[in-house]
Amino acid sequence: MGDYRDLWQSLDMDLEKHDQLCAVLPEFYGDIYLSQENRPEGMNYFNFVISEIHGLRVQELAEHRKQGGKVLGSFCVFVPDEMIVAADAIGVGLCGGSDFWIPDGERVLPRNMCPLIKASVGAKLSGTCPYFQSVDLLVGETTCDGKKKAWEILEGYVPMHVMDLPQMKRKKDYLHWMDELWLFKEKIEKLTGNEITEEKLAKGIQRINQKRAVLQRLYNTRKAENLPISGKDVLLITQIAFYDDPERFTAKVAELCEELEDRIAKGIGVFKEGTPRILVTGTPMAIPNWKLHHMIETSGGAVVCEETCTGTRYFENLVKEEGNTLEEQIRGLADRYLGINCACFTPNKGRIDDIIRLYKEYRADGVVYYSLPFCHTYALEYKKVKEALDQAGIPVIMVESDYSLQDAGQIKTRLEAFFEMLEISKAKKEVAATE
Amino acid sequence: MYTIGIDAGSVATKGVLFQGDIVAQVIIPTGWSPQKASKTVCELLLRRAKIKREEVKKIIGTGYGRVTMDFAHKGITEISCHGKGAFFLNNQIRTVLDIGGQDSKVILLDYKGNVQDFIMNDKCAAGTGRFLQVMANLLGAEIEDLDQLAEGARPQNITSMCTVFAESEIISLLAQGVSKESIAAGIVASIANKAAFLMGKLNISGEVAFTGGVAKSRLIKEAIEKKIKRPVYTAEDTQVVGALGAAVIGWEMLQG
Repeated sequence: MGDYRDLWQSLDMDLEKHDQLCAVLPEFYGDIYLSQENRPEGMNYFNFVISEIHGLRVQELAEHRKQGGKVLGSFCVFVPDEMIVAADAIGVGLCGGSDFWIPDGERVLPRNMCPLIKASVGAKLSGTCPYFQSVDLLVGETTCDGKKKAWEILEGYVPMHVMDLPQMKRKKDYLHWMDELWLFKEKIEKLTGNEITEEKLAKGIQRINQKRAVLQRLYNTRKAENLPISGKDVLLITQIAFYDDPERFTAKVAELCEELEDRIAKGIGVFKEGTPRILVTGTPMAIPNWKLHHMIETSGGAVVCEETCTGTRYFENLVKEEGNTLEEQIRGLADRYLGINCACFTPNKGRIDDIIRLYKEYRADGVVYYSLPFCHTYALEYKKVKEALDQAGIPVIMVESDYSLQDAGQIKTRLEAFFEMLEISKAKKEVAATE
Repeated sequence: MYTIGIDAGSVATKGVLFQGDIVAQVIIPTGWSPQKASKTVCELLLRRAKIKREEVKKIIGTGYGRVTMDFAHKGITEISCHGKGAFFLNNQIRTVLDIGGQDSKVILLDYKGNVQDFIMNDKCAAGTGRFLQVMANLLGAEIEDLDQLAEGARPQNITSMCTVFAESEIISLLAQGVSKESIAAGIVASIANKAAFLMGKLNISGEVAFTGGVAKSRLIKEAIEKKIKRPVYTAEDTQVVGALGAAVIGWEMLQG
């Protein structure tokens, strides 16, 4: 990373603590990512983005703000980027995927809660996240009790706006969510001084649709027999989607997709033949939480898809572009967002259908159900998912884990045993098919 | 032509020399180096059977130390190996309960001894051999003496599953004058409860085998039988089942 000390200083950061954070990342990234063999050339851009993680993009945000532009931070896939873009503001998904921030989070939060919330709050309190420091408005939502109460605490540190996401999907819930979208529109217009017109919102919808579509194209390459890219690499790209410039990101992913499609045509893969294909489902993985993917892909498995917020929930389904009036556009947004099957909804049968559909689409051999500790909604939903998968004859294993490495040995053993089991049943299926 | 299976666990390293059946077996403490212990086990097996290294065509490593066995042809998890080992000893087995030094697991098998589903404790050592060892030490007893101590005593209810919390609970029970025998019986019941709870999470079927170091305790075996209302099968030597399974898998590989 270049020298950004002046920039960081201007953002009122704790430079000494920030140095400690920056000191560990290169080695960590090197071990997990750069050690992979036969990586696509197109990953170089994303390596660069990570090497400049607290640099170049933060500088872009600073320049945008110098010209009077605003930056909005969020933690969730329900915050409508389309509107943020339409108001000429920049949206950044904040992360909270590292152990580093947990002690600072625990200064104000109880210990027995989700590490994602603890780390996010800790990132703000410690003044070590330049994105958080650049935020003019933090947009929260009501997807879980932990977050709801965390917003009340964060309000003391950063301007907040909370969107009330309904927890059911009845007609009145759609109407309620549309109201929330209108309120959000007013809020950003006031903040930025820019009116969100039909033309501007249409452009915002188009631009974000393009970003989601390119991610779908990337994911489509993982349906191939020979996987042209590792799951770890795709996870990284999805994580970067939350904060990179949408247009540049879309172009870079498209470039990578061309290379990957070419690899598929030539039959080039990054895993050895017969590697069990894994669908990961569950809670989001914020940067730099690469733990589960790394464990899976160093224990003899390959991740082919993520049914998570840092996966298909982020990009599947586009917003209708036919809307001519703001009313129609807002309805289109509500349709898209309430189509996301998050465990905060009840009932949430749609998620089970998604998992089974993705399992087939991506030709997976097994499912790893991942939950962060104390994430009640996802942990509880495991029972229903497991029952449905058992019935469909789909093998599944539950892994609950936080950001620390204390449980890595035992989880690896469980994953390896799961893959041994999948390999045997795969071999059996192949024998049965040839007989 | 022989195969060897080595199971480097947290407490003991076990080895089996195999030729269609067990030819020799060895158990030594793992100590601080699972790599060294595994090598020693391998050498001891060859010496006992008076055979040359070249006659061994496959060496399979298992247990948490499997990654350190650079001389093994393959590492396979203790889950697959315990399943195979128990099935080799009794092909009616469809459920295996294994309680070792630092973990406990339940494995469901198909009619060929392949793993169909399994569940394993997470990072915590509740209800494992380590738990038993800490509690036995607290009573001034060796782990092997626990059965003798607990036999016939009225079990004192021990509410905590956590090794650290159970330790303080027992200290206060001793301070209240509860007899060592009752506490020992309580520890036996506590481990059986935890094991039955783990089995309750899966749909167990067929005959049940109990393996691992903790299965050496007759009282724990009987307490589990009572809890799950099924007879439980234990091997003559419960500790070598994983190593046996590894050797059997090696043997199957040779047969192609």
